[in-house]
Amino acid sequence: MSAETLAPLRPVSPATRWSRRAAGALAFAALIELVSRTGLADREFLPPATEIVWRAVILVTDADFRTHALTSLLAWAIGLAVAALIAVPLGLLLGSVPLIDAATRSVVEFLRPIPSVALIPLVALVIGTGLQHRVALVVYASLWPILYNTMYGLRGVDPVAKESLRSYGFGPLAVLLRVSLPSAAPFIATGVRLAAGVALILTVSTEIVAGRGEGIGVFIFFAGIAVPARMDAILAGVFWVGLFGVLVNALLVAAERRAFRWHHAQRGEAG
Amino acid sequence: MLEIDNLSHVYGGGTPNAHHAIEGLNLSVAAGELLCIVGPSGCGKSTLLRSIAGLIRPTGGQVRIEGQVVRQTPDNLAVVFQDYSRSLFPWMSVEDNVALPLRRRNLDKRQRQEAAKEALESVGLAGAARKYPFQLSGGMQQRVAIARALAYRPTLMLMDEPFGSVDAQTREDLEDLVLQVRGHHQMTIVLITHDIDESVYVGDRVVVLSKAPAHVVGDLKVHLPGPRDQISTREHPDFVHLRAEVGRLVRGHATV
Amino acid sequence: MRGTRTTVFRITVLAVLVLVWEAATWLAGSAFFPPPSTIVTRMHAMWFSGPFATLFLTDAAIGDILPSLGRMALGFAGGALAGVVLGLALGLSSRVYDYLDGVLQFLRAIPPPALVTVFLVVFGFGLRMQLAFIMFSIVWPVLLNTADGARSVEPLHLQTSQVFRLSRGERLRRVVLPSALPKMFAGLRLALSLSLIVMVFSELLPGTTNGIGFQLTSAYATFDLPAMWAGIVLLGVLGYLLNEVFLVVERRVLAWHHAAQQVVI
Ligand SMILES: Nc1ncnc2c1ncn2[C@@H]1O[C@H](COP(=O)(O)OP(=O)(O)O)[C@@H](O)[C@H]1O
Ligand SMILES: [Mg+2]
Repeated sequence: MSAETLAPLRPVSPATRWSRRAAGALAFAALIELVSRTGLADREFLPPATEIVWRAVILVTDADFRTHALTSLLAWAIGLAVAALIAVPLGLLLGSVPLIDAATRSVVEFLRPIPSVALIPLVALVIGTGLQHRVALVVYASLWPILYNTMYGLRGVDPVAKESLRSYGFGPLAVLLRVSLPSAAPFIATGVRLAAGVALILTVSTEIVAGRGEGIGVFIFFAGIAVPARMDAILAGVFWVGLFGVLVNALLVAAERRAFRWHHAQRGEAG
Repeated sequence: MLEIDNLSHVYGGGTPNAHHAIEGLNLSVAAGELLCIVGPSGCGKSTLLRSIAGLIRPTGGQVRIEGQVVRQTPDNLAVVFQDYSRSLFPWMSVEDNVALPLRRRNLDKRQRQEAAKEALESVGLAGAARKYPFQLSGGMQQRVAIARALAYRPTLMLMDEPFGSVDAQTREDLEDLVLQVRGHHQMTIVLITHDIDESVYVGDRVVVLSKAPAHVVGDLKVHLPGPRDQISTREHPDFVHLRAEVGRLVRGHATV
Repeated sequence: MRGTRTTVFRITVLAVLVLVWEAATWLAGSAFFPPPSTIVTRMHAMWFSGPFATLFLTDAAIGDILPSLGRMALGFAGGALAGVVLGLALGLSSRVYDYLDGVLQFLRAIPPPALVTVFLVVFGFGLRMQLAFIMFSIVWPVLLNTADGARSVEPLHLQTSQVFRLSRGERLRRVVLPSALPKMFAGLRLALSLSLIVMVFSELLPGTTNGIGFQLTSAYATFDLPAMWAGIVLLGVLGYLLNEVFLVVERRVLAWHHAAQQVVI
């Protein structure tokens, strides 16, 4: 390390940072291309990046693939929405009524560590392997991050704000909706963002284990068991899933930043 | 010992919000001297200190220590940072914090511990060796930072507003500690402060900086009789006269 | 005092709920929801009724639980080590970080199960494939969190180590690494629960011959619901225990961090 690097970090402009990211992505693609074309890695295992991307583009024009993708998207979105609709009110309840929290804590602590994929076979037996199967598992897995973040957010609510509202004669419900919910909102948003990633994992795993019907996981699974395996199709599918994951995450981060500027400003000052 | 030649520093050069922190600053410090630098807050004192320590590369002029141009942090130099609580390592005990720099000193573990103990004793913290920084008050943390610098036995010690946020009593104790230390060890000390009284009480010489961009506007030798004493020195007529003079210099350039 | 009282309260509530569950399942008599007593009896018969010499583990337990745990432990260790080393290296240069940030975010966003067929095609079925799959799945959260931690070293700490002329190695070991620890542990904790999930997932795939996931699929094939519930409960208990052990380690390693934070806040 030279003295130069130790001087206070010179802020790099967003434009520079984005161009660096793009350069990095291009270099990564070029590396794959090179490793594949020179035969350093078996071409059946790692097709050139251009072939993967080309396949990904072709797939978009393929009606079957679009059905697979839209089915997954549907399961993901419904599951995430249902999870939020359950977890936020539940979190508000548990976070604001200590008695209920204490009573249910042991159940929550018992259920949470169960790895959600372990429920895939059981849920398949109970409700079958259609869309409802995926939605059920996505809901179960996405509940926890939202629930825990909601409860965590409520813990940090400023008691003075609550007291002052109460002193004006507002009831507990009004206090919950006017003070607790808004100040827990940034945490809830974080919970939803984490849950979005978890939901994607569960959508794909449930589809792969079920191994039938429609879904991006089903598509990837069949490309894998085809003889010979169609690696370009697998990786093209993975490319779209990964891109979707990155975009959703980036979108939610940006939305959080915009919506909760006050929150981040406060944190920045304190830290 | 230390020469500063026509030093300038611009933050964010070439951008619309470029800030000229230092411009055309000349200064030289003799070996064994205790120099106090006073200047209005935000004038560029910390920037000057960072340039001396080789932590930033000034945009103009040069700093020489014992004839060598400073490009990287020179050997045998210690810094007590203004933000002392963040310069201590929270994951190390007080003793380990003090002993850490001694790793470059060819000492074995026992010798390092001994040296750390001795330094902690000299700042009155012998009992806190096994504690962690967060368990100490601000003043105690500052004394740990000073002990760390002392244990290192530097030939040049730079102190950046070292008593900025301690209570009055501790502040006086620490001022006397600095005076006592330089009596025992052959050490050149540059102490930055915004407290005019402190600069006259502690220093052999007081240099006054202008407001930004900083340059030297006053350079006074301090001749005060006998060993300094918090009560009697401060009522000595020479002290009163000097602090008035320094005050005028600081104020004159702070309001212009 | 309060602590023991709430614990007693929680255990009482849990016991009551289990009893209610027991009664409800008896009354409902649904094949899908066996009573808890049946599940526990089944767990005991399947796994914990073995001879003393094997600590009461049965052959089925040795054949299913241990391989699963072994794979998970190896996969976690390998992925975590790689993530920490690469994360520290990446965190040291903000320029390199900027270049790789996008690619790494992309790799992390890929749901690991989507890649399982890639590993199947490359390695065929077996231990190598499972280990590679687990490692690849968990390495990104560890790597990115560690890099983030290594980047957030207090600038004054770096300046202090420069002033006292610490060597590169000492800087890394005594300043950068400890600063990165809190975030690194956050990443490791994510990786731990993720490694349990991908371990089970990899065992649910056709072609597996042992493991807790395999036990779940064979119970599915034979419509043996008590056995299936037994597997789920076992995984829940394992998940809980692993997390507790992790917390104990974290509390020890990050004692200074937690204590310092409490004082500040
Ligand atoms: N890294 C930096 N980048 C830009 N401006 C800085 C930086 N560090 C300090 N400054 C600015 O330079 C001026 C002098 O700062 P400093 O040397 O810390 O003053 P002092 O120590 O005398 O209070 C201040 O106006 C400060 O805002
Ligand atoms: Mg300063």
